Amino acid sequence: MAFLTDRKRAVGMGSAKTGTEHFWAMKVSAVALLLLIPMFVFTFGPMLGKPYAEVIAYFARPFPAIIAALTIGVTMMHFKMGVQTLIEDYVHGTAQKVSIVLMICLSYAAAATGIFAIARLAL
Amino acid sequence: MVQLTLPKNSRMTRGKTWPKPEGATNLRKFSIYRWNPDDGKNPQLDSYWVDMDTCGPMILDALIKIKNEIDPTLTFRRSCREGICGSCAMNIDGINTLACIYGMDEVKGDVKIYPLPHMPVVKDLIPDLTHFYAQHASIMPWLETKTNRPAKEWKQSIEDRAKLDGLYECVMCACCSTSCPSYWWNGDRYLGPAALLHAYRWIIDSRDEATGERLDDLEDPFKLYRCHTIMNCAKTCPKGLNPAEAIANIKKTMVERRV
Repeated sequence: MAFLTDRKRAVGMGSAKTGTEHFWAMKVSAVALLLLIPMFVFTFGPMLGKPYAEVIAYFARPFPAIIAALTIGVTMMHFKMGVQTLIEDYVHGTAQKVSIVLMICLSYAAAATGIFAIARLAL
Repeated sequence: MVQLTLPKNSRMTRGKTWPKPEGATNLRKFSIYRWNPDDGKNPQLDSYWVDMDTCGPMILDALIKIKNEIDPTLTFRRSCREGICGSCAMNIDGINTLACIYGMDEVKGDVKIYPLPHMPVVKDLIPDLTHFYAQHASIMPWLETKTNRPAKEWKQSIEDRAKLDGLYECVMCACCSTSCPSYWWNGDRYLGPAALLHAYRWIIDSRDEATGERLDDLEDPFKLYRCHTIMNCAKTCPKGLNPAEAIANIKKTMVERRV
């Protein structure tokens, strides 16, 4: 029970003065993925099921390796921001903060693992 | 975590079936949500039969007929009966709309009427809109100026006035906000489509001098950015407005002043 006025409840703690950066970053990464995903499909696709040596040789070339690394990196950054929004929507309280931290860690870990794998293949 | 099921005391129960009017041949069944805060019971769905031959063409006509002739305890808000006051907003046949401008012929089969979704209910079809109104007040829905008041009026070109079309018509019925899942889950912090449409109405008003402050106040992950362009607001608006577009324009303006 708290004797708060309706206005006080509606205004809450006021504006956080942030949000547009997140929104814009989502848009930019979405556009980047619009270009990257088709390029990734057409560069990564032909290598599916190919012998190890051929795959190593293919990813030693800069274009397929850079496309693959960029796709993994940008996808995971987009995922990180998207999943944060999703958690903010549905989970509240301490669970919200914990979930956001865990998902951000997971996103960076997935991005690092993917890029490391590409680097191993390419270098 | 958001609550995806109704709390125990909000679960619907089977209600009373009221007797059919005698001598009527053209009957239509109305299933209406009933809840009385004073009897301690769960909400129930009452069934009424209305004689269509002696009833007006709108859903509100049937509600008034039920209240006048069958059950005077049925409680709902209504006033203008022509879609301008926004009082009779309710969920009819699964759609949030105004009972006064929703035709009986737009519903197939039985007519199911509930209060606006996900709002505290005061009684029967009356939702508690206190927070909704307070959120509207918080966006400063008035002309804010710093320049000295002109001798006659604040002038506006015809083109600038045209920008307010599709925005000023909003009657604050709350159909849009209560149809928005983001508002359901985060209505305490998210302003909702109605308040944001009104905010945009003042942001693009050429006479208003508080554009920056208005944008500053909305720059928030919850107040504004909970909108995920679900578009329920535009789909349900009984006045045919597009709050989703207004919100998208606020976001565009936010980016414009930054990038």
